[in-house]
Amino acid sequence: MSTYILSGSPHVHEQQDVKKIMWGVIYALIPAWLVSIYFFGLPALFLSLVAVASCLLFEFLIQKYLYKSNELTITDGSAVITGLLLAFNVPSSLPWWQMVIGSLVAIGVAKMTYGGLGKNPFNPALVGRVFLLISFPVEMTTWPKVSPLSTSLTDVITGPTSLGVIKEGLMKGETISKLMQNVPSYTDMFVGNMGGSLGEISALAIIIGGIYMLIRKIITWHIPVSYILTVFVFTGILWLINPEQYADPVFHLLAGGLMLGAVFMATDMVTSPINHKAQLIFGIGCGVLTVLIRIWGAYPEGVSFAILIMNAATPLLNNLVKPKRFGGA
Amino acid sequence: MNGLKTFPLGGVHPDDCKFTAQKPIEQLPIPERVYIPLSQSLGASSVPIVNKGDKVKTGQLIAKGEAFISSNIHSSVTGEVEKIDEWIDTSGYRRKTVIIKTTEDVWEEGIDLSKEIKREITLTKEEIIQRIKDKGIVGLGGATFPTHVKVSIPQGKKAEFLIINGVECEPYLTSDHRLMLEKAEEILIGTQILMKAIDVDKAIIGIEANKPDAIEHLSKIAQNYKGIQVQALKLKYPQGAEKQLIKALVNREVPSGKLPIEVGCVVQNVGTAFAVYEAVQKNKPLIERVVTLTGNSWHGGNFWVRIGTTVQFLIDHCGGLPTNIEKIINGGPMMGKALVSTDVPITKGTSGILAFTSDISRRVKIYNCIRCGKCVSACPMGLEPVTLEKAAENANWDIAEKYFVLDCIECGSCHYTCPAGRPLLDMIRLAKNKVNQIVRSRVQ
Repeated sequence: MSTYILSGSPHVHEQQDVKKIMWGVIYALIPAWLVSIYFFGLPALFLSLVAVASCLLFEFLIQKYLYKSNELTITDGSAVITGLLLAFNVPSSLPWWQMVIGSLVAIGVAKMTYGGLGKNPFNPALVGRVFLLISFPVEMTTWPKVSPLSTSLTDVITGPTSLGVIKEGLMKGETISKLMQNVPSYTDMFVGNMGGSLGEISALAIIIGGIYMLIRKIITWHIPVSYILTVFVFTGILWLINPEQYADPVFHLLAGGLMLGAVFMATDMVTSPINHKAQLIFGIGCGVLTVLIRIWGAYPEGVSFAILIMNAATPLLNNLVKPKRFGGA
Repeated sequence: MNGLKTFPLGGVHPDDCKFTAQKPIEQLPIPERVYIPLSQSLGASSVPIVNKGDKVKTGQLIAKGEAFISSNIHSSVTGEVEKIDEWIDTSGYRRKTVIIKTTEDVWEEGIDLSKEIKREITLTKEEIIQRIKDKGIVGLGGATFPTHVKVSIPQGKKAEFLIINGVECEPYLTSDHRLMLEKAEEILIGTQILMKAIDVDKAIIGIEANKPDAIEHLSKIAQNYKGIQVQALKLKYPQGAEKQLIKALVNREVPSGKLPIEVGCVVQNVGTAFAVYEAVQKNKPLIERVVTLTGNSWHGGNFWVRIGTTVQFLIDHCGGLPTNIEKIINGGPMMGKALVSTDVPITKGTSGILAFTSDISRRVKIYNCIRCGKCVSACPMGLEPVTLEKAAENANWDIAEKYFVLDCIECGSCHYTCPAGRPLLDMIRLAKNKVNQIVRSRVQ
């Protein structure tokens, strides 16, 4: 009698795996990465490489010496994503050693303390970013001006981001129509010709990456669409009420990190709800919180905080919102 | 043909791999020896009425289904009962089996072996149900539920639709497809008989769109049969599952924990409809069925196989297995059972035998769950496989019950789609088992 492999059904598999998904996300990040290198030059390339390398190194060291495990999870691509996203969320002028500290917090504190891939409640890159923002507020809010194809690693000219211009101007009592003269045109903002964090500047590049992930079925439309739509509607209502006090909704879509957050950060599977209904609520929550912070908060930008707060709400959403059950009452 | 219908909730799209769809059903020779297990249907085992040394004819009753849910079993060959002993069956366990040494092929008297199609239904409703019971007809889609029980509508309930399942949503399998092409007329007469048995005037035959030839063929012939409609269905697994098929065809949802009759439906497989035709019109018991023999790199074909023929005999007839085969499956790749050995017999529930090479016979690498929610989107019952898996892992049966583990139809869509390769269905089966025990002990 020959011996055959025994296992429970099903005996076939879709052949999608974690590694393929993670590398799919990395491919989707490439357009935005290239745009950032184009506009911010070599510092952007250098900083993102530092972030990825230190994330990989910390995950490797923690796994080997703290977990004492022989498994090598750094090849699954998730640490590369964390590194890239962390770099995307900081100004290209950030000192490299601060980047390394950010990576340690992202991988060491936000991911590996919980048990590694799939176990973390908060998006590691965002935790790293917020840690940096609080620890190094000056470096984290000094925005280099875009200078396409610059090769210089020093001597950057800095200027505020569009959201910063609006926030500060409004505090000084100026009107939107006047402030809008100081922000780039919407076309420039759409392609990425504006100041800001490394990877957030080009809505176009991010949308290309998002469409790629949708086609590969890595993400679904639920979170990005509900997030972006909520911001659009909420800021639209405010703008209709008083266009001199509140910027128009298109500005809010293109400025700051909304696109990056909605497409790449909020859609992180590990830290977002598991069913579509809860995902829609998650997206709406992110949108509302983002607008609240942008307009009434102390910071000009609220995407990171909004997503982290909704990350905290994810287990609750998973418990409260259940999928529609077949034959259920 | 009207627009394609389907069920709305969940589902997956495995490659259909219907390699043997164009191979006509071939008659497999009668083996030297048949192994007929005494438990071939859902419910209680049948009780043997023959002894060692008895001479039996083809089609002779050899075991009686005495319990309410149980079925008769007939000899599939002519010969001598060699012994009644334990023999390994498709579950991998040793079960009581009647082993018959074949001598010739002489059929029991009263069985009509002519090729002529008998259209006129002369039996009454009660006679039909009795005949279905006598001839040992069970559901041939795989679940092997005794057909006479299913067509006996309980007091106070009323059937409105007969649904004939020609979906064959499992990849690889082509036995129902071939049967629909080659025995369409008989299937339609069988459908009429079943309509009479459950007293309905509407029957719908659901067929997935990957079998356009069968849809066209049956639709054409069905024009001559009053009340029978053929409905093409969009390709989606598990459309052949009873509840999903009812939802797709008549847009009714069988409530959790209830049977299809609750929404006025009775579902029968096309193979069962054919077996009913043979039993009622030809007096022929269920002693053979169509079996697809195929695999990912090696394809046998479709065969009429006598019940009790070993898998090995079927394989040998097709030239033996290539050496790189690592896994043999009884049934489809999504819900079938991996076989311990090829010495197991083909029974009433065997719709196919699959041979998988090493490329696809092993499970994929397991990662931590990344909470992507693909299993939730794929579940056709609207459950959360990931939550149930965690509950089972922590032996938290209360949580498993609370999140409706008993609703699971074990279609395997969750495990199929899981990018982390989690053994979701394994754990859910464990939880179902435990929760069932707990629920039963609560009743007592």
